[in-house]
Amino acid sequence: MTAITTEQLHAYRTRLDTRFAQVDDIFEASMAEAIISLSSRGIEAYLDAARALGKLGRGAEPMLIFLEEWPAVAAAVGEDSLPKVMQLVSGLQRSPNSRAINAFLQTLAAVARRLPSSEQLDDYLAIVSDLTERTTGSIHGHHTTFPSPGLPEFLAQAPFLLNQLALAGVKNWVDYGIRNYNHHPERQAEYFSLQSADSRAVMQRERHGTLFVDVERKLDLYLRGLWNDSEQLVPYSTAFDELRKPIPYYDKLGIRVPDVYEDLILPSPVNGESAARGAQPVGGEGEAGGEGNPPSPGASRHPLPLAGEGLSISGLDRYRATLAHIVGHRRWSQPQIADNWSPFQRMAVEFFEDCRIETLLIREYPGLRRLFLGLHPKPVEDACDPETTSCLRHRLAMLSRALLETAGAHGAPYGELNAALDHTRHGYTDPALREFVERFHELMATGNASTREIAGLALSYVAKTRRQSDQFAKVHFDNTVIDYRDDNRQLWQFIESGDEEEAFDEKRKIEPDQEITGLPPRHYPEWDYNSQSYRPDWVSVYEALHPSGNAADIDKLLQKNAGTAKQLKRILDLLKPQDKVRIRYQEEGSELDLDVAIRALIDFKGGAQPDPRINMSHRTAGRDIAVSLVLDLSESLNEKVAGSEQTILQLSQEAVSLLAWAIDKLGDPLAIAGFASNTRHDVRYQHIKGFGEDWNDEVKGRLAAIKAGFSTRMGAAMRHAGHYLSKRKADKKLMLILTDGQPADIDVTDPRALIEDARQAVNELDRDGIFTYCISLDPKADEYVSDIFGRQYTVIDRIETLPEKLPELFIALTK
Amino acid sequence: MRTAFMVRMAHPTGVHMIDKDQYLVKKEPFYQQQRNEVALYEAAYRNKLPVMVKGPTGCGKSRFIEYMAWKLNKPLITVACNEDMTASDLVGRYLLDANGTRWLDGPLTTAARIGAICYLDEIVEARQDTTVVIHPLTDHRRTLPLDKKGELIEAHPDFQLVISYNPGYQNLMKDLKQSTKQRFTGFAFDYPTAELETSILAKETGLDEANAAKLVKIGHTARNLKGHGLDEGISTRLLVYAATLIKDGVHPHDACRMALVQPITDDADIRDTLEHAIDASFA
Repeated sequence: MTAITTEQLHAYRTRLDTRFAQVDDIFEASMAEAIISLSSRGIEAYLDAARALGKLGRGAEPMLIFLEEWPAVAAAVGEDSLPKVMQLVSGLQRSPNSRAINAFLQTLAAVARRLPSSEQLDDYLAIVSDLTERTTGSIHGHHTTFPSPGLPEFLAQAPFLLNQLALAGVKNWVDYGIRNYNHHPERQAEYFSLQSADSRAVMQRERHGTLFVDVERKLDLYLRGLWNDSEQLVPYSTAFDELRKPIPYYDKLGIRVPDVYEDLILPSPVNGESAARGAQPVGGEGEAGGEGNPPSPGASRHPLPLAGEGLSISGLDRYRATLAHIVGHRRWSQPQIADNWSPFQRMAVEFFEDCRIETLLIREYPGLRRLFLGLHPKPVEDACDPETTSCLRHRLAMLSRALLETAGAHGAPYGELNAALDHTRHGYTDPALREFVERFHELMATGNASTREIAGLALSYVAKTRRQSDQFAKVHFDNTVIDYRDDNRQLWQFIESGDEEEAFDEKRKIEPDQEITGLPPRHYPEWDYNSQSYRPDWVSVYEALHPSGNAADIDKLLQKNAGTAKQLKRILDLLKPQDKVRIRYQEEGSELDLDVAIRALIDFKGGAQPDPRINMSHRTAGRDIAVSLVLDLSESLNEKVAGSEQTILQLSQEAVSLLAWAIDKLGDPLAIAGFASNTRHDVRYQHIKGFGEDWNDEVKGRLAAIKAGFSTRMGAAMRHAGHYLSKRKADKKLMLILTDGQPADIDVTDPRALIEDARQAVNELDRDGIFTYCISLDPKADEYVSDIFGRQYTVIDRIETLPEKLPELFIALTK
Repeated sequence: MRTAFMVRMAHPTGVHMIDKDQYLVKKEPFYQQQRNEVALYEAAYRNKLPVMVKGPTGCGKSRFIEYMAWKLNKPLITVACNEDMTASDLVGRYLLDANGTRWLDGPLTTAARIGAICYLDEIVEARQDTTVVIHPLTDHRRTLPLDKKGELIEAHPDFQLVISYNPGYQNLMKDLKQSTKQRFTGFAFDYPTAELETSILAKETGLDEANAAKLVKIGHTARNLKGHGLDEGISTRLLVYAATLIKDGVHPHDACRMALVQPITDDADIRDTLEHAIDASFA
């Protein structure tokens, strides 16, 4: 450490040119740090910057924070970033956001530690100034009048965010907040302080690593397929527990796993060492040969996650390791009575039992060994000093490592090669460890062994290797945490409520079940065209059966339209699937077509070239179309149609009745539902007819009762209808949307937003093989409807004709 | 079975002179008995009871019938049914020749005349009206009326009718009518137990037992996923393919991907899970 003389210190102090007395308290320490991490030019700049901060007129605070924080920042990203930082500070000073300067400087060091290069710091600064600029408000043309509500919150959260997200993720998260909460100061502050659900959801989406939600199905298939087991998988959040990291576990309610696993990049020394030692292949081909696979030139083309150069374990494989371990416990572990054992003994039993079930798992799938080994820490033999530290944990971790390394195919079916396994390939030299590796494998060679037997072995290990220092409070933790293993809570049974257990976690009273009034909402994303991204789980759709009315009303409507129905019936009869259609003039067919055959024979006998197409065959002409009719039931349907006594709703009702009748005659499965929305939190989707229902009085009753009200959030309704339609097994899937206006809702100010969302929904449906078709009753629809539906729409100008037009349209579409 | 119009002279041989030997199974097919199905089949044959074998695809139904035909030393006529098949494809039809029309027996008629075992494979694939023509052959009458020709064939005493179907992938449209089902005695087949399947793979392909066991394990992985995105698990037949490829020197990972994963699914998640099972098994 370079000492600074008093004179030097004094000279530096003078350069600060400040009379803030608080500076004296920290100046010496800060300078000492600065001298280590800064060049002499850097120190000049440091002092200049500090002086400038002292003269901002914001008290001593900015200067003090800067003096303390900057050396650490410079150490992380280099001192050349100072001008940019100061530029940002002066920008804040000139804007109404000057109060955020302190917050900015306060977290700068923590941020810098997570951004190892100055380019990345530049990006961070760009995010901050972007946020400042876009959220600083202006009223009535006045330039920047009130400060950004979200900025100080964001600056305070920045280190945490950077811990969870990559820089690009932070940018997206900030963008999202600005876009959606720019006009709502309180919400904006909530968003940027990570308090709103939305903000957490968006953060979750941007997190790096393998998200549980993305691989849930794969994990479910993994459990079922490889282990013939199935259990509810429940993710727990790892983002908000800084102090105590939760550990996977399982109980009656399911298997708990973290919500995200990052890919694990293995430190290269593990591989290097093992390659040097030779006898201990961590990954790769040496092993494959040893376990009875025919060596093949193709072997190297199949790098398992751990084999080959880039050693990394994908998040998915980490999930699989965790699940495999838990499945092992579920299969083979019996709970033990814990009362008579000391915490040390219990820890040892847990380690031994974990190794036992992993050995059994490896017998089942030998490839798991590599996965476990890759995730298992490799404690260095003499890393723990038994004179000063409690080393039991370290010893057990080493033993566990050694047992995994030597886990082989003992007792595996179909005679694996046991002889090739060397019980010393773990490379540890401790005699007790070696002895217990032998004893462990002897025990396992007899079969599966039991938790009880293995616990016996564990206890004798503890007894044999016991040291006085095990009692020390200082425990050696490095390289002993095996994070894919569960917390073993299922392994223990307590007869007496022991000392450790606190009385206050008594059984929680379970609230009596509330009466369920409806289905829980389904959440759908919504497309945000500004950012070209989805807002996750943005819309809540509540579905219900439509209340019932008087079925006779619909029959009356049908009677009224009897003329149209008669016309329709003629067309329908033509359309109706004929079971068999004869195809004549076939060279190959199922039957001889005698007329043609005789003609051909005559030609043949007469010496002319006969027609060889003398057979006929049959073809079944079936229709396989599933139709979903989605009705817009928004307020505007209550308007009367010009020149008529009927409202649009009544006409729609008539048209839908006629269409449903026609489709029923054709025998195509049809679902009818109506929708209306009252902000994104309340989109109502009401079933009028299900695919499986006949066109009966119940359905007619529901149709008779339809009422109009609220707004038109079309995208969500289409997604929900598509959700049902995509489950149908039909060759063709058709979604008809009957609407009288453009998508709109009272919580959306931008008229384009919901149009763009509906267009995106159409694209999604198209991708799922669903053909969407819009029947618009809005004479002005041409302006927007083609933006949503492309060319798949019809505008009916004379709404009175709807009852005839709608079925005709359907028939034309499906002919 | 389908016939093109062929302009050529009819061969003077009559239908009764069909070469029976061409339908005999010459070489013993490898068949591993699972329970006592061989004895049961023999009993059914002695009494000329029609037989239905059902089970998932590739579990050995056809192999079993072939083996029984060999064991009983009877001709075997196999018809693979498809949805375009009509009654005349089974019974026979008139063809044209230089002098007029000529009757050509279908495979069912031929079998009834010469006394063969007629095996209608995947019978549900055929249209329902087609399957009705087998009814008179399957009850006490044991006759086949050829209405177009105006002939009534008495079935040969050695004739037996066998059908197979896969209850797994049938849909609502494709099910046997009760009136058809109730004319048969039934054998239910399933994939063999792990040990048995391992030894089948080993015997059929000559692969060593250890690798065969690993293949079987992957097969079970897929069978566990049936109904969760897979319509059918990996069949014994596919396992045999994989074993054959491995035996030929293909790396097990490639062989499994090619024979076990690609044929059965296009679902990325399932493919991923199966590939993981392959990696974990062939470590």
